[in-house]
Amino acid sequence: MFENLSDRFNAAFRNLSGRGRISEDNVQEAMREVRTALLEADVHLDVVKDFCDQVVKEAMGAEVTQSLKPGQEMIGIVHQKLIELMGPVEPGVMFVDPGPTIIMMCGLQGSGKTTTCGKIAAYLKTRGKNVMVVAADLQRPAAVEQLKVVTEQVEAEARGNATVSFYGEPDKCAEYGQAVGVAVGVCQRALKEARANKTDVLILDTAGRLHINDDLMKELEGINRSIKPQQIYLVVDSMIGQDAVNSAKAFNERLEIDGVILTKFDSDTRGGAALSVKQVTGAPIKFIGTGERFEALEEFHPERMAGRILGMGDVVSLVEKAQEEVSEEEAEAMAAKMAEGKLTMDDFLKQLKSIRRMGPMKQLLGMLPGVGSALKNVEVDDKQLDRLEGIVHSMTKPEREDVKLLTRSRVKRVAKGSGSQPADVNKLTKQFDMMSKMTQQMSSMGPGGKMKAIRELQRTDPNLVPGLKGMPGIGSARGSTKTKSIKSSFKKRKKGK
Amino acid sequence: MGIFTKTVSAIRKGLARTREALFGGLSALLSGKTLSNDLIDEIEEYLIKADVGVKATNAIIDELRQAFESGEVQKGEDAIEFLKNHLKSRFKQMDRSIAKSSTPGMPTVILVAGINGAGKTTSVAKIAKSLRDEGRTVLLAAADTFRAGAVAQLEIWAQRLGVDLVKGEQGSDPAAVAYDATEAALARGVDVLLIDTAGRLHTQKNLMEQLTKIRRVVTKKIPDAPHEVLLVLDATNGQVAITYAQEFRQAIDVTGIFLAKLDGTAKGGIVLAIQDALDIPVKLVGVGETPEDVEPFDPESFIDAMFEG
Ligand SMILES: Nc1nc2c(ncn2[C@@H]2O[C@H](COP(=O)(O)OP(=O)(O)OP(=O)(O)O)[C@@H](O)[C@H]2O)c(=O)[nH]1
Ligand SMILES: Nc1nc2c(ncn2[C@@H]2O[C@H](COP(=O)(O)OP(=O)(O)OP(=O)(O)O)[C@@H](O)[C@H]2O)c(=O)[nH]1
Ligand SMILES: [Mg+2]
Ligand SMILES: [Mg+2]
Repeated sequence: MFENLSDRFNAAFRNLSGRGRISEDNVQEAMREVRTALLEADVHLDVVKDFCDQVVKEAMGAEVTQSLKPGQEMIGIVHQKLIELMGPVEPGVMFVDPGPTIIMMCGLQGSGKTTTCGKIAAYLKTRGKNVMVVAADLQRPAAVEQLKVVTEQVEAEARGNATVSFYGEPDKCAEYGQAVGVAVGVCQRALKEARANKTDVLILDTAGRLHINDDLMKELEGINRSIKPQQIYLVVDSMIGQDAVNSAKAFNERLEIDGVILTKFDSDTRGGAALSVKQVTGAPIKFIGTGERFEALEEFHPERMAGRILGMGDVVSLVEKAQEEVSEEEAEAMAAKMAEGKLTMDDFLKQLKSIRRMGPMKQLLGMLPGVGSALKNVEVDDKQLDRLEGIVHSMTKPEREDVKLLTRSRVKRVAKGSGSQPADVNKLTKQFDMMSKMTQQMSSMGPGGKMKAIRELQRTDPNLVPGLKGMPGIGSARGSTKTKSIKSSFKKRKKGK
Repeated sequence: MGIFTKTVSAIRKGLARTREALFGGLSALLSGKTLSNDLIDEIEEYLIKADVGVKATNAIIDELRQAFESGEVQKGEDAIEFLKNHLKSRFKQMDRSIAKSSTPGMPTVILVAGINGAGKTTSVAKIAKSLRDEGRTVLLAAADTFRAGAVAQLEIWAQRLGVDLVKGEQGSDPAAVAYDATEAALARGVDVLLIDTAGRLHTQKNLMEQLTKIRRVVTKKIPDAPHEVLLVLDATNGQVAITYAQEFRQAIDVTGIFLAKLDGTAKGGIVLAIQDALDIPVKLVGVGETPEDVEPFDPESFIDAMFEG
C-alpha cells in the first residue's frame, strides 16, 4: 500500500526514468493512482473522472512529457487543478441594506446546522453585527432548546459589543412529521420582530432533512418563498461519502444555495466532499467547521484542502500554528541555526515544548504530510513528551550540543538517568539527526525545493517524534501566509472543551 | 439469547423501506444482458458510488472478472447470483443479537457511543422503545453533559416513551452520570440500562479517554457490564468511518454497530467496507427519525433485498 500520492506517482513513473519520454499511456497510468487517491478521499466517482480527464488534457499539453521528473510535475498539475476547482473563495458574509440580511441554514440530519448557526452568530458579533437566531426546527426533540443555549453562550462569551438574540416558539414543536410547514410561520414572525429590533442579520436554523423527503424539502421551499433569504448555506458533514453529490444537487436544485459550510474538519477525514459539492453546486465553500465550540469556524483555503485531499498534509496551517507559539526572533534564530546545521538538543526540546503548547498533538501532527495515516497507531502525547524531555535533561550540556558525543556507555547513563531504555535514547538521537539534516536542507531551499523536501519527509520513518519537522524553522518564507482569522480562531480553539 | 426477539418478516418490512434505495439498480443494470468487460466496469462504478470503497470493490471485481474469464459467469443473471453469493460470503457468521446479562436479576447495560451527530441519542430512543414494547423495564442515562440541549433531547424521548432517566448537571463529569445511573439501575432492579454519550471525534484523545473511563466505572459496579457497547455509525459517512470505527473499538471494545441513517443513503455500501475492514458485527440499522425506525441487521436478507429492487 502506498502511503500517499507522491509515492504512487513515483512508482508509476519509475520504469520510465532514463528513457526521458512519456506517452499518454504513462500519464493515464499515473492518473489511475490519482483516481484511487481521490476515491479514498471520498470524492464522487463522476467528479473524479471529470477531474482526471482534465488533468490528462493539461498534462499532455504541458511540459510533463519532456520533464525529467514527470512525477513531480504531475503532482503539481493535480494539486493546482484541485485548487482551481475548489476555488475561488468568497470569504465573509454579504450584507444587504436595509437589513436584515437573512441567512438560512439547511442540510442533512446531524450535519452541524445548529452548531454552525452559533458559529456564524459569533463571527458576525465580532464584526459588530446585531444578530437574531431563529429556531425553525420544530421537529428534532429539544432542537429549540439546543439553539437557545447555543445563542446564549455566544451572546455571553463571544467577543464584540453587538447583540445576539434568540427567537423561538417552543410550543409549536411536535413529533416527527406533525409540524411540517409550521416553520414558515415561525420564520415570518421572527422576521417581523427582527425588523422592529433593527437586527442586522437574521439566521434561520432549519431541521435536518433528507433530500429525498419531498414534504420536508417543500417546507424549505416554503420558507425560501415567503422569507426570501439572501444567503442560503448548505451545511455538509465533511465525513460524508459518495452521496454528498446527490444531496447537494437536490438541495441546490430546490433552493439555489449561495454557499457551502463543511463541518467536522477536526476529524482526520480527507474531505473529498469539498471538491464534489463545489463541482455539483458551483456554490463557493464559505467556511469550514473545526470543532464543537462557537469559535471553531475558519475561512476556506482551497490550497490547504487540495493538500489534504491528496494526503499531502496541511503544512501551511501548521506553520501558522507554530507562529502562534514561537516569536519572530526565536524563529529567525532557530532558522539560522538550522541552515547551518547547528541545531542542538536544547533547541529540539524547545521546539517540542512549543508544539506541545500549540494544541492537541494528533490534530497537529495530522497536518503533516504523510504523518496522518501513520498516526493511527502512534500516540504522541504529553507523557511521551515528558519522557523525551527527561532524556534530554539527563544529557550533559556538551552532549546536548553535539549528540555525536553519545557513546554507548553514555547512552546507557542517559537512559538510566531518565528511567528509559537505551533504545529510546538512540531512537531520539537518530530522529534528531534526521531532523537536523532535513531542516538544514529545507531552510536552504526556495519554495519549490521546500515542497520537494516535504515530499522527502514523507518517505522517512513515520514514527517520528513531534517537532521533528522543525516547523518554526522554515519561517523565513512564511510571513505572507499569515491569516488573522485563522490565528485568532486557533487561540480560542486551544482551550478546547 | 439476544435481547430483541423480532422476526424475519419485521426485518424484511424494515428493509423494504430502503430496498429500492440500495442496490436495486444493480439488478436493472444486469438483467437480460450478456456480461462483458465493459459491463464489469459499470458494476465496479456502481460499487464505488455505493461507498463500498476502493479496496473492497477491487476485491469483488477481481473475482468477478476471473469468473467471467474462466467462463463460469456469462449472463447478467449469473453475475447477479455470483455477486449475491460473493457478498454474502464476505459477511462472517457472527452473533448479531444484542447481548444480555447472564446473571439473573442483574440489569443489562448497553453503552452507546459514536462521532458527533451520527444518531446516538435517537438510536438510544429506538432501542428503548423496542425493549419497552417487549415488556422490559428500561432506564436511560443522559451522559452527554457537553452538547447544548443534549440532556433535554433525551429527556423528551424518555417522556414520550414513558421510561425513566438519570441525568447530571450540564458540564459535569459524564462518568459520574454513568456511575449514578448504574447504581440506580441496580437499586431499581430495571432490566436494561441504556447509556447515551456525547458525540466525539476519534482524533480527540482526551475525549476518547473519557469514554474509556465511562466504560470503566460501569464495569466497576457490574463486573460483566457493559454487556453491549454499540458504536453508532452514520451510514452516509464515507471511508473515514473505517478509521473511526477502529479507534472506537480500541477505546471501548465495541461489540456491535448500530448503522443509523440507512434511509439517508442511496447505497449503504459502507456496510460492506466496514465488514471487510473490521470484525465488528452490524447489529441494528436505523431507517428514519422515529423510534419505530429500527431493525435488526441480517446480512442474508440485506443482500437479497439489495438486489430485489
Ligand atoms: N467536532 C466537531 N463537531 C461538530 C462540528 N459542527 C458540529 N458538530 C457537532 O455535531 C453534532 C451535530 O451538530 P448539530 O449542530 O446538532 O447538527 P444539526 O445539523 O443541527 O442536526 P439536526 O438539527 O438534527 O439535523 C453535535 O454534536 C455538534 O457538537 C465541527 O465542526 N466539529
Ligand atoms: N433519516 C434519519 N435520521 C436520523 C436517523 N437517526 C438519527 N437521525 C437524525 O439525525 C440527527 C442527529 O441525531 P442524534 O440522535 O441527535 O445524533 P447524536 O449522535 O446523538 O448527536 P450528538 O449527540 O450531537 O453527537 C437528528 O436530526 C436525528 O433525527 C436515521 O436512522 N435516519
Ligand atoms: Mg439542528
Ligand atoms: Mg446525542
